[in-house]
Amino acid sequence: MAFHIPEDYYYTKEHEWAQVDENIVTVGITEFAQTQLGEVVYVDLPEEGQKVTQGTSFGVVESVKAVSDLYCPVSGTVIEVNTALMDDPASLNDDPINNGWLVRIEMDSEKELANLMRAPDYKKLIADK
Amino acid sequence: MKKTPLHQNHLNHKAKMVEFAGWEMPIQYVGLKEEHLNVRNHVGLFDVSHMGEIRVQGPSALKTLQWLTTNNVEILENGQAQYSLLPNAEGGLVDDIIVYCLEKNQDYLVCVNASNEEKDWQHFQKNNQGAWLTNESAHWGQIAVQGPQAFELIQRVTGIEASQMKPFQTKSITWLGAQMIFASTGYTGEKGGEFFIEAASTGKLWEALIEKGQNLNVMPIGLGARDTLRTEMKYSLYGHEINETSNPYEAGLGWVIKPQAKDFIGKTPIVARKDAGLTRSLIGFKTIERGIPRQDYTLHDLEGRQIGYVTSGTHSPSLDAAIGIGYVESRFSNLGTEIAVDIRGKKIKSVVCKTPFLNQK
Repeated sequence: MAFHIPEDYYYTKEHEWAQVDENIVTVGITEFAQTQLGEVVYVDLPEEGQKVTQGTSFGVVESVKAVSDLYCPVSGTVIEVNTALMDDPASLNDDPINNGWLVRIEMDSEKELANLMRAPDYKKLIADK
Repeated sequence: MKKTPLHQNHLNHKAKMVEFAGWEMPIQYVGLKEEHLNVRNHVGLFDVSHMGEIRVQGPSALKTLQWLTTNNVEILENGQAQYSLLPNAEGGLVDDIIVYCLEKNQDYLVCVNASNEEKDWQHFQKNNQGAWLTNESAHWGQIAVQGPQAFELIQRVTGIEASQMKPFQTKSITWLGAQMIFASTGYTGEKGGEFFIEAASTGKLWEALIEKGQNLNVMPIGLGARDTLRTEMKYSLYGHEINETSNPYEAGLGWVIKPQAKDFIGKTPIVARKDAGLTRSLIGFKTIERGIPRQDYTLHDLEGRQIGYVTSGTHSPSLDAAIGIGYVESRFSNLGTEIAVDIRGKKIKSVVCKTPFLNQK
């Protein structure tokens, strides 16, 4: 299956994407993650103002069958939450890369981006699955 | 990993395969929700060949089953089946089973959970009262056909008039040269039944059901939807609602325990626990606030004190709501009682509700 994997995004090994605009990072899950999950029926996201830490869980997405943790690509403060997803979790399946974004984070240090993957490495990661 | 006789059929139908109880099984095909609703609205096929079958025969067959199980096997006539329990010596549960009477007094087939097959087989041998025991698990393939169109499909493929059979009846026939037992049983709450068929002919039956069911919207159904379908009916699943330490009365299974009729393994502790009065009950609940309950989450009163725990929980595709099954202190078991489920540290308000969650047709 061919997944849309934007070249300018960063990726975690747990299949989140991070789009960086200066110090503001928009976070979502990848198309690969979405297909693995199946139909999303519930999304639990942090509140605005909450501090988050790179590599730790900041929320969950649930399909009928399973609960999956969401891992934070960068440390910082949550400044915006996609509350529309809470009412319509299935929209995460339709467009995880754009409209299905989860949170926007004001990042503490852009040095942390070095811990993330770029598109070619992420493509390799999911090619092995 | 063990493979059922339908393994290749699942791969052909593009199933997503997972390990379950030592078997490689389809968890889903096109998607859990779609499969679930297809069973509720049309008809679905389930590969349940991983289930175990133990044959109990001979002059001591009835005596052995009476000792091993809680329900009264003596009342079964030829062609009748019965839901029952295998108790342990402490009054807990080794498994829940279905006993099929092939020939009264001397020939019975017992269907056991895949996850317990080896344990049950040891248990049967250890507690045998002189019956001839055979583990026939490898001999039988098993296909469940469930849904509003199931009777029509079963009739088309095998000629069996399932609509004329009461629940828990069986019919033994030969189908295209293969030995087949059809039973009007199931695990979804829908109309339908389950076929036991010789392993070598299971694939032929599966493909015939798919082919003849095209204009009935037939669909193969994975274990994912099997679980959500049974959860909506509040049917027990071994390892969730019941286990080696369960009190079967608390689990709501007192209706298959017949201490007046006979002696059986664990009868004394089971009766003692009943006489002592039930302190816990198995209830169904729905969340009022957002959140999905899952197995082992804790249940609380509205002051936050723990009153029980969740045994099964999911998002119900039929109701589009979060539902759960769990044990609570009995005084919280009345319909409408407000309780809370702890979901990742948040107390999510819920209400004890009528079960089955879905109205039976």
